[in-house]
Amino acid sequence: MNHKAVISATALAAAMTFSTASHAGATLDAVKEKGHVQCGVTTGLAGFSQSNDKGVWTGIDVDMCRAVAAAVFGDAGKVKFTPLTAKERFTALQSGEIDMLSRNTTWTLTRDSNLGLNFAGVNYYDGQGFLVSKDLGVKSATELDGAAICIQAGTTTELNLADYFRSKGMKYTPITFDRSEETIKAFEAGRCDVLTSDQSQLYALRIQLAKPESAIVLPEVVSKEPLGPVVRNGDEDWFKIVRWSLSAMLNAEELGISSANIDDLKESSTNPNVRRLIGLEGIKGQGLGLPDDWAYSIVKQVGNYSEVFERNVGKGSALGISRGLNALWADGGIQYAPPIR
Amino acid sequence: MAVIQHTPHEDLPPPVSQTGVIGWLRQNLFSSWLNSLLTLLAAYIVWKTLMPLIDWAFIKADWIGTSREDCSSGGACWVFVSVRFKQFMYGLYPEAEQWRINLMAILFVLLMIPMFIKNFPWKKWLGMFILFGFPIIGYYLLSGGAFGLEHIETSLWGGLTLTLVLAAVGIVAALPLGILLALGRRSKMPIVRALSVAFIELWRGVPLITVLFMASVMLPLFLPEGAQFDKLLRALIGIVLFQSAYMAEVVRGGLQAIPKGQYEAAEALGLSYWKSMGLIILPQALKLVIPGIVNTFIALFKDTTLVLIIGLFDLLAMIQSATQDTKWLGFSIEGYVFAAVTFWIFCFGMSRYSQALERKLHTGH
Repeated sequence: MNHKAVISATALAAAMTFSTASHAGATLDAVKEKGHVQCGVTTGLAGFSQSNDKGVWTGIDVDMCRAVAAAVFGDAGKVKFTPLTAKERFTALQSGEIDMLSRNTTWTLTRDSNLGLNFAGVNYYDGQGFLVSKDLGVKSATELDGAAICIQAGTTTELNLADYFRSKGMKYTPITFDRSEETIKAFEAGRCDVLTSDQSQLYALRIQLAKPESAIVLPEVVSKEPLGPVVRNGDEDWFKIVRWSLSAMLNAEELGISSANIDDLKESSTNPNVRRLIGLEGIKGQGLGLPDDWAYSIVKQVGNYSEVFERNVGKGSALGISRGLNALWADGGIQYAPPIR
Repeated sequence: MAVIQHTPHEDLPPPVSQTGVIGWLRQNLFSSWLNSLLTLLAAYIVWKTLMPLIDWAFIKADWIGTSREDCSSGGACWVFVSVRFKQFMYGLYPEAEQWRINLMAILFVLLMIPMFIKNFPWKKWLGMFILFGFPIIGYYLLSGGAFGLEHIETSLWGGLTLTLVLAAVGIVAALPLGILLALGRRSKMPIVRALSVAFIELWRGVPLITVLFMASVMLPLFLPEGAQFDKLLRALIGIVLFQSAYMAEVVRGGLQAIPKGQYEAAEALGLSYWKSMGLIILPQALKLVIPGIVNTFIALFKDTTLVLIIGLFDLLAMIQSATQDTKWLGFSIEGYVFAAVTFWIFCFGMSRYSQALERKLHTGH
C-alpha cells in the first residue's frame, strides 16, 4: 500500500516537473502563436467572473485576463475563458490547458511553494467577515459570544472562524450548509444570527435577502485572503507580463489616467510618469517583449484599476462593495504597485 | 292454454348513491367515518401546501420583462428564466450558429417519427441509421470544422444541449458495450470471463464523481505536454465506461432468466455462438430487462449533472452560473424549479416510452 503510494506520488511529481519544464520561457510565444490568451476563471462568482445572458464574461478576474490580452496583442478581446471548479484549477494550469489562472484564488505559502505556481500579484484583498441582521444591534464581531453562525461546509472559512472565536475566548454554534443559496436562506429564516464568508461574497449574498438593507457587514476581518492571478513556475517572462499588466492598471489610477482621458493625455501630457506609462518615453515594452503601447492598450481597452473595481464589484455594480483595503495606498488602502520607469 | 310470456322488468339503474361522481366519492373517500375524517384531513393538507405553491408559481409570478425590476409581484420571477432561456438550452454556443443545434433536434425528431408508425417497412434500417449514421451527422453539425461550418469548441457547448449529448452518447455507446461485457462474463473462456468480471467490478466499485475527477484532474497530469485532449471527450469516455458496467449487469440478469432449454435448442439447431445469441437468446433477454435498461438510462440522464463539478456547463451548471450574475442574484429557486421540471419531462417521457415498448414486445405465454 505504502509502496504504491510512493510510486504514484513519484509519477505525479514527474508529470508535474515534465509539464512545467517543457514550458520555460515559451508561454508568450505559444500565446502569440495561438492568437489568444487562455484564461481560467470560475464557473460563476458574482463580481469576479460571471457570464451574462449573451455569454459575455465580465468581472474583476475576467478583466485581469483581458488586461493581459490587451498588453500582448493590443486587443483585449483576444482571450478565451476556461471555466474551472476550485478542485481542477491548479491542474489546468500545471498541465498547460490554460496560460493563466484568474479565479478568485488566495495567495498562500502552500500554494506558492508546493504546487509549482507563481502568484503574480493581488488584484483583490479579501478577508473573511460577518453579516448580521440590523435588529441584532451588534456593532462589532467581539460582541458575537454565543451566536449561532451559518457557514458553508468544507471551506477554510470554518477553520478561520474556529480560530477567531478560540483566540477571543468566545463560544458559538456552527450551522453548516453545502451551498451559498442555502446559507443565505437559512440566515433569512432566522436559523442563525450571523453568516460568515469572504467579505466580497457577503455583499453578493446580502442582495439575495428580501430586504438587503436589513443586514450589515461588520467591520472586522478575521482572515487574510489576498486574491490574485496565478501562472506556472518556470516562465519568468510570462510571469512578469501578468504582474506588470496588473501594475499598469494600478499605476494608471494613481496617475489619474483612465480609459476616458488617456487619448487626451497622450497628446498633451508633459508629466514624465504619464508619458512613460503611455509608452512615449522610457523603457516602454522592451523589457517585457511587448509592444511599446502595452500599458496604453490596457488602460484604453480595459480601464485603470478603479474603473475595473467600480464596474464589477463597486458602485457601478449591484454589489456596491466599498474600496476598503483595495483603495490605493495614497487613499488609505494597501493597493500599491511598483512604478513604471 | 295461453302462453304467458314472461318479460322481466327492465333493470333499474343503480341507486344514485353508487354511481357517478357521488358513488365514487362514497365508495373511495367517505366509506366510513374514519375514512371521511382522513379524506378531509388530507384535503386540508393539500390545500395548505398546494395553494401557496400555485400562488407563488403562477398567480403572483412575473412572466414578462427583461430585468429584475420587472419582478415586483412577490411571486416567482420567471423573467429570469426567460431572459436566460437560450443559454439554458444552448449554453455559450455562439448565437449565430445555434440553428445547427435546432437543425439537429428537428432532424432527430423527423427520423424518430417513422419509428412510431406501426407498419413502416424500413424500420430496421432507419434504426441502424439513427444509432450509427445520425451521431456522425450530429457530431459534424455541433462541432463543425467541415463542410464550411465554423468549428465550435466543446468548451462552448452547454445547457440542455450538453446534457442531451452526454446522455445520448452515454446511452448509445454503453448498451452495445454492456451487452458484450455481459456475454463475456457468462463466457466459457476463462480469460474473457476474468477480464469482463474485472472490468465490471472495477467500474462498479468507484463512484461516477471519482471517475469524472480522475478524467478531468488526474489524467492531464500524466499525459505528455500538448497531448491533452478535450475535457468533454474525457468526461464522455468516463461516463460510457462507467455506464457499460452497470448495463452489463442488467443484461446479465436477462441472460440468466432465459431457460436452459433455449440455449440447448439453439445449439441443437447447429447455430454458431453469435447466431444463437443474436437470433435466440438476446432478443428474449433484452426484452425481459427493458425496465432495467430504461431505469439505468434514466439514472444516467440525471447523473450527467455531475459534470458540473468538472466545470462543464450542462443544464444545471448553466443555471447555477446564471444565478451568480450580479444582475440576477437571488433567483436560484426559479432556476432550480426550471431544471427540475425539464428533467422530469425527459425522465417521464423515457419511462412512458419504455412502458409502450414493453407492451408492444409482449408476446406472452
